[in-house]
Amino acid sequence: MTTARTIAFNLNGAHVTAIVQPHHTLIEVLQAQFGLTGARESCGQGLCGCCTVIINDHPVSGCLYLAAFVDGGKVTTIEGLETPNELSPVQQAFIEASAFQCGYCTPGFVMMVTKLLDEHSDPDDETITHYLSGNLCRCAAYPEVLEAVKLAARKRRTVGGKSLG
Amino acid sequence: MAAIIDPSIKVGSQIGRSVLRVEGRDKVTGRAEYTHTMRLPGMLHAKLFRSTVPHGKIKSVDTRAAEKLPGVLHVVTIDHVKRVIPNPYYGPAFHDQPILADEKVRFVGEPVAAVLARDPHVADQAVQLITAEYEELPAVYDEIDALTAQTFVHEELRPAGTFTDLKHLQGMRKTNVALDYRLRRGNFERAYAAAEYKFEHEFKTQKVVHLSFEPFATIADYRPDGVTIHTASQGPSFVRMEIARLLGWPENKVRVKVPYVGSGYGSKLYIKLEALAVALSMIARRPVKVAATMEEMFYQVTKHPCTFRIKSGVDKNGKILARKCEVFWNGGAYADIGPRVTQKAGLTASGPYDIDDVDIDSYALYTNVTPSGSLRGFGVPQLVWAYESHMDMMARALNWDPAEFRRKNILREGSPHATGQTLADAPLDKVLNTVLDRIGWNQPFDRGSGSTRRGRGFGIAIKAVTSPTTSVAIINISADGSPTLYCGTVDMGQGSDTALAQLVGEALNVPTESVRIVQRDTDVVPYDMGTLGSRSLFHMGHAIQRAAADVRSKIAALRQEVGEPEGSNLPISALFQKRYGMQAGNIIGSGVFKPDYISPSRENGQSPNITPFWLISGAGAEVEVDTETGHVRVTKLINVVDAGKAVNPKIVETQISGGAVMQLGFTLFEKIHIDGGQITNASLADYKIPGFHDLPNAMENLYVEHEETNGPFGAKGVGESSMFCVSPAIANALDDAVGVRLTELPLTPEAVFRAIRTKAGKPLESE
Repeated sequence: MTTARTIAFNLNGAHVTAIVQPHHTLIEVLQAQFGLTGARESCGQGLCGCCTVIINDHPVSGCLYLAAFVDGGKVTTIEGLETPNELSPVQQAFIEASAFQCGYCTPGFVMMVTKLLDEHSDPDDETITHYLSGNLCRCAAYPEVLEAVKLAARKRRTVGGKSLG
Repeated sequence: MAAIIDPSIKVGSQIGRSVLRVEGRDKVTGRAEYTHTMRLPGMLHAKLFRSTVPHGKIKSVDTRAAEKLPGVLHVVTIDHVKRVIPNPYYGPAFHDQPILADEKVRFVGEPVAAVLARDPHVADQAVQLITAEYEELPAVYDEIDALTAQTFVHEELRPAGTFTDLKHLQGMRKTNVALDYRLRRGNFERAYAAAEYKFEHEFKTQKVVHLSFEPFATIADYRPDGVTIHTASQGPSFVRMEIARLLGWPENKVRVKVPYVGSGYGSKLYIKLEALAVALSMIARRPVKVAATMEEMFYQVTKHPCTFRIKSGVDKNGKILARKCEVFWNGGAYADIGPRVTQKAGLTASGPYDIDDVDIDSYALYTNVTPSGSLRGFGVPQLVWAYESHMDMMARALNWDPAEFRRKNILREGSPHATGQTLADAPLDKVLNTVLDRIGWNQPFDRGSGSTRRGRGFGIAIKAVTSPTTSVAIINISADGSPTLYCGTVDMGQGSDTALAQLVGEALNVPTESVRIVQRDTDVVPYDMGTLGSRSLFHMGHAIQRAAADVRSKIAALRQEVGEPEGSNLPISALFQKRYGMQAGNIIGSGVFKPDYISPSRENGQSPNITPFWLISGAGAEVEVDTETGHVRVTKLINVVDAGKAVNPKIVETQISGGAVMQLGFTLFEKIHIDGGQITNASLADYKIPGFHDLPNAMENLYVEHEETNGPFGAKGVGESSMFCVSPAIANALDDAVGVRLTELPLTPEAVFRAIRTKAGKPLESE
């Protein structure tokens, strides 16, 4: 179709390269070339939040973001949150609060909540719903997500937690 | 945690524990694998060319330009499919749906051709190069028009033969009616004629879509000696049988694997993309993936739009004497499971009321729009919307308190339901009282002022669980005593793996956390009818209890075999050691469950045993209406369901909450807009679903416990119950607030504002 080019970027702390076409989205490249399937395409319009990843400290919809643009940048996905032995406080809180049902949108929520807590260590309901207004859950586990955010905030304040920064 | 099936150790009851979800870690780490993101080596991607006309004869399909595009491996039409599957028609109720359009197209969006390429972008681009010419035929979109239309969606009806009540439709021509179910109890006409007060209303529900966030996806890997299908499905057993039938193969050559499913809500039942994916893999001789985009989900299956005409005759004491229900289900172009919705929901159309003289007519109708199927409630939400609005309208007209009017007429334990079955374990009073108590029905209420008006409303509902259906379970005890459950129930997010593990734990006296559930794979798991209609906990629960009893008796036999005395406390691992001289062996127990059932009579729909259990629920809503804009804000939503005995209270609560919020979207704003057969809002940008900002200001999700006498450990299903009453509760609250009655969903600001203006004698111009 068109010319492929090689890009280099930091993916979850590791330096990687990928060969991408101009039309490839970041989600396609993460799935096809790195086997990372936690960020998923659903609506394909940047409205549901299932594909949320963090690029250079900003949460973006990976289904719309062209892979070529991450050249030289830093990408964090859901797979970059946990350490070998431990879930992140946000992940742990989502389990304890049962803040998911089918789980398809969950990585997007976890990424956005992590970003939220990096910026607001003790967010009120309004701040939480503002940050999460771009994350939809068709199973509607919204009350449980709200509970998980508060639980995660408490966990991070007491035991600390990995930030995305 | 070591599992020890040891009578001397009391692990404590596993029922009533809010055990955390067994699959939690996979889901929060993004490691959970879904079909939509799966890849197989050498796999091709399929993209579909779809019909642009609602009804027409295919004159030609030109695929030449697409075939020439570099990277395109195959362009497939029905002619190619017929070379590998000579009779390519499928469906659970009727064999009416072709794998690709065959001579005719019957709705906009029907797949006409498929392009296969290694690169999905190439396939996509090639689809754009295909053209088709149609000879357009008159089309029918509305369920009422379909009754009398002189255009017929199908030339001839072809029942699948699975269901006895469809057999009389075999070979019928010149009709769009895919099932006519009737119930006759007493003598409606006579009782209605004698009634003091008569009421007659018509209600409509709109076309809405499940919109699971994992869109439909199937990968088929065909080999001449067997086919493996990876699919996002709620019913792997049915997929296996239907593919085996299409191929003329025995079931055991068809393997269906279901990884995690990104929800279903009824959309991923029976057969969806599987037959197409298998046909394409047969043609390409390679694994082929068919994965929908969200836009394409609007062209696969939707909820049934419905028109419900209801008539009630009431005596001077407020007792309902007679009720007639005429329900018309808009089934779309292919029957899917619509005829089951028509019958199974139809039989409860008169509601949870004690009425001596009842007529019900329920019709499944073919139309030229996307097929309709099951959506979390199997038609019952459409019915409750109508009959609970109707109840409120009658109570207001008769100057009865809506709560007292319900109490006067409610069905009570021991009374016959309209089908003739005696009501049991259906705590309607308890549910109603809980709703009224939590909404503060008898408390003072601020009704607002100026342009902000406030009101309250509620509703109650009954559903008969779909019957008869079969579940089979296998429990395998390994040599160290650890138990594994093999079952076909699909956990698509509802928490069944956790709840079923709890039942295994309870039945075998082991901690839930020690129970393993194998991935759904028809090479391994036994038959299950499908994960649908709130049936799994009850049916699979019974099968598990029976499998566990089988395991226990085999352990007892092993104990005897190795010479242990009665009442020996030797752990099971030691029994295996003694028997085999090392850590070796298995104990395998199995259990089958199919409830007793008597088919309703074809003449009058009566049956003394129509369902093994009833689902009961209620909802109460408080709303705030802006009379200057018509905007309705739900300030409080109370959802109450009968949970039997709640196996996992947290899961019950999330099911109640999730269902209620989904129905809130169906009530207030969700609607597929169709213009001349064309869907005009097929995307998440144009079809809004509930987000954080749409939640009610306050929401309570409650269950009453009333042990189901014939349920496993007193349990029953709750997956759909909270859907039923949300719509009428809000419509009734809206009437309470501003005195207008809407009879068509959704209750959009425009519809509300128009009604307010009409009531004030200043109607707006029509659209």
